[in-house]
Amino acid sequence: MIPMNLIEARELTRSFGSVQAVQGLDLDVAEGELVAFLGPNGAGKSTSLRMLTTLLSPTSGTATVAGCDIATDPAGVRRRIGYVGQGNGAGHTQRVLDELVGQGRAYGLRRRDAHARATELLGALQLEALAGRKVQTLSGGQRRRLDVALGLVHRPPLLFLDEPSTGLDPQSRANLWDHVLRLRAEHGMTVFLTTHYLDEADTMAERVLVMDAGRVIADDTADRLKSKHVGERVVVRAATPAGAARLAAAIGPVATDVTVDDRTLTARVEDGPAALPALLRAEPEVAVEAAEVRRATLDDVFLALTGRSLRETATTPTETPEA
Amino acid sequence: MSVRTFATDTAIVLERELRPVTRDPFSVVFSMIQPLIFLGLFTPLLAGVTGLSTADSLQSFVPGILVMSCLVGTSMTGSNLQAEMMTGSHERLLVSPLDRSAQLAGRALKEIVPVLVQALIIVAVTVPFGFRLAPAGLVVGLALLAVTAIGLGSLSYALALAVRDQQWAFWAVQQTLLFPLLLLAGVLLPLESGPGWMRAAATVNPLHYLVDAERALFAGDVLDRVVVGGVVAAALTAALGLWVGTRAMSRAT
Repeated sequence: MIPMNLIEARELTRSFGSVQAVQGLDLDVAEGELVAFLGPNGAGKSTSLRMLTTLLSPTSGTATVAGCDIATDPAGVRRRIGYVGQGNGAGHTQRVLDELVGQGRAYGLRRRDAHARATELLGALQLEALAGRKVQTLSGGQRRRLDVALGLVHRPPLLFLDEPSTGLDPQSRANLWDHVLRLRAEHGMTVFLTTHYLDEADTMAERVLVMDAGRVIADDTADRLKSKHVGERVVVRAATPAGAARLAAAIGPVATDVTVDDRTLTARVEDGPAALPALLRAEPEVAVEAAEVRRATLDDVFLALTGRSLRETATTPTETPEA
Repeated sequence: MSVRTFATDTAIVLERELRPVTRDPFSVVFSMIQPLIFLGLFTPLLAGVTGLSTADSLQSFVPGILVMSCLVGTSMTGSNLQAEMMTGSHERLLVSPLDRSAQLAGRALKEIVPVLVQALIIVAVTVPFGFRLAPAGLVVGLALLAVTAIGLGSLSYALALAVRDQQWAFWAVQQTLLFPLLLLAGVLLPLESGPGWMRAAATVNPLHYLVDAERALFAGDVLDRVVVGGVVAAALTAALGLWVGTRAMSRAT
C-alpha cells in the first residue's frame, strides 16, 4: 500500500489579536512517521497542534488530518485521532477505570467492549493495580500513562502528544517513552508530538521540525539537521601553540572553520571519528595532550539557525496567549 | 448529528458527571449549608417580626429556601467545569467525538440530582416543625425546581467557559448575582413591602415567579394562576440557559 499523508497542512495561520502565533504552516506527515515539533515556549507548537486537532480554528489556511478536513469535518478528525494534551485528561474526582470505560463509550464502543478495551490498556500501561483509584491520588507518571491510555482507547492511526513528558522525572519519562514506542511498533501508529526537551526530540523523533516565532525553520532528521547546520568538530589540545598550528595546517584541506586558541585547535569536519585519527597519523611528531570529537546537539542547530540557545529561551516565559 | 447520537452522548456525559456525586454524597450536602443556616437562623426572626407561628413562617419560607438551595448549588457548578478546564480533562472531551451540545446537556441534567436530593432533605427536616405539604404540589414543585436547575446550571457552565481559567472572575460574578437574585425573588422577605423600583426589578427575575409558584404548590393550590407563571419562568430559564450554554460549549477551544 502506498503510504498516505495523515497530515497535510497548507498555509495554516493563527493570530491572537496582533500576535501571529503560527504563520503559514505547511506540513506533510506520512503514515507511520514519528515527528516532533521542537522549539521554545511560545514558538507556536501547541497552537499548531490545537489547530490540527480541531481545538482551535485557524485564522487562515487549510489542513487535512487523517483524511478529514479540520474546518468542514472536525467530527471526522476527532473520531480518527488520539490526543494527549498538556494537562491530565482524566478528571481528578473520577476513578481510573471509569474514565477509561467512559472514553471508550465516547468513541462509540459498547459498554462491554469499552470495558474489555479499558482492561487491556490498563495492562498495557501497567495501571492494573490503580483501576479503582481516584485519579487525584495517582503520581505524575501514572497520570501521564493514563493520559496515553485515554488517547489510545479507539486505536487511532494517528496520535498527537502535546509535551508528553513535561514535569516528569527522568525515570517516568523513560518509562512513558518505552510504552509509547512499543505501542507504536505494535500498531504502526503515526505519532506527532511537541516538545521543548532537546534530548527527547533527538532520541525519539525520526523527523524534527524546528519551530521558532510561529514558523518552521528546519525540517529533517536530527542527524541531518546537525550535519547540515552545525557539523562535527574535532578538538585537539597540543602540548605547545606551535604544535596546534601544525595540526591546523594539516587538517585545513578537509575542514571548515578552523580556529586555534593558544594550544587548542577546533575544526569543523564532515566525519569527525575518521578525521581525528587521520590527523594524528599525519602529524605523528606533534605532542598531543587531549583529543575529542564533539558531535552537534539540536541546541547547536537551534543556535546556528536563530542565534539563540534553546536552553535559554526554553526557560523564558512568553507573552503568547495560550488559547 | 442524529437524535440518537445526541441522546447517547448526553447519557455518557451525564453518567460521568453523576459518578463523583453518588460516590461522594457529601458534595451534595456542601452547597446546602447556606440554605440550612438561613432556615435555622432566619425562620425564628421571621416568626418574631411577623408574629406568625413557626409553622406558618415555614409555610412561606421553606418554598423560598428550596429555590435558594437550587440557585446556590447550580450557580456554583461551573467551578467544577473550571477545575476540569484547568487540569485538562475538559480539553480531552472537547477533542473526543462527543457532541458538544450533549457535553453541555449532560452536565446540565446532572444538576437535577443534587437539587432534588437537597429539596427532599429540606422538606423532611421541616415537616416535623409544622411545614405542611400537598403531595401533588410537592411533585409539581420539584419538577419546576428540576427544570430551573437545568437552566441555572447551564448558565453557570457558560460563565465558566467565558472566564476560562480566572477563578476569581467566576466567583466574583456568581457572588455578585446571587443575593440580588434571591432578594428580588422574595425568598427572605416578601417584596410586597418593598419600594416600587424593587417590585419592578422583581418582575424580570424568573426566580420571583418560581418562588410564588412553589408557595402556592406546597399550600396545595396546584391550579393557582401563579403556578402558570412559575412554569413559564422555569421553562424560559431552562431554554435561555441551554441556548447560552450550548453556544459557549460549541465555541469552546
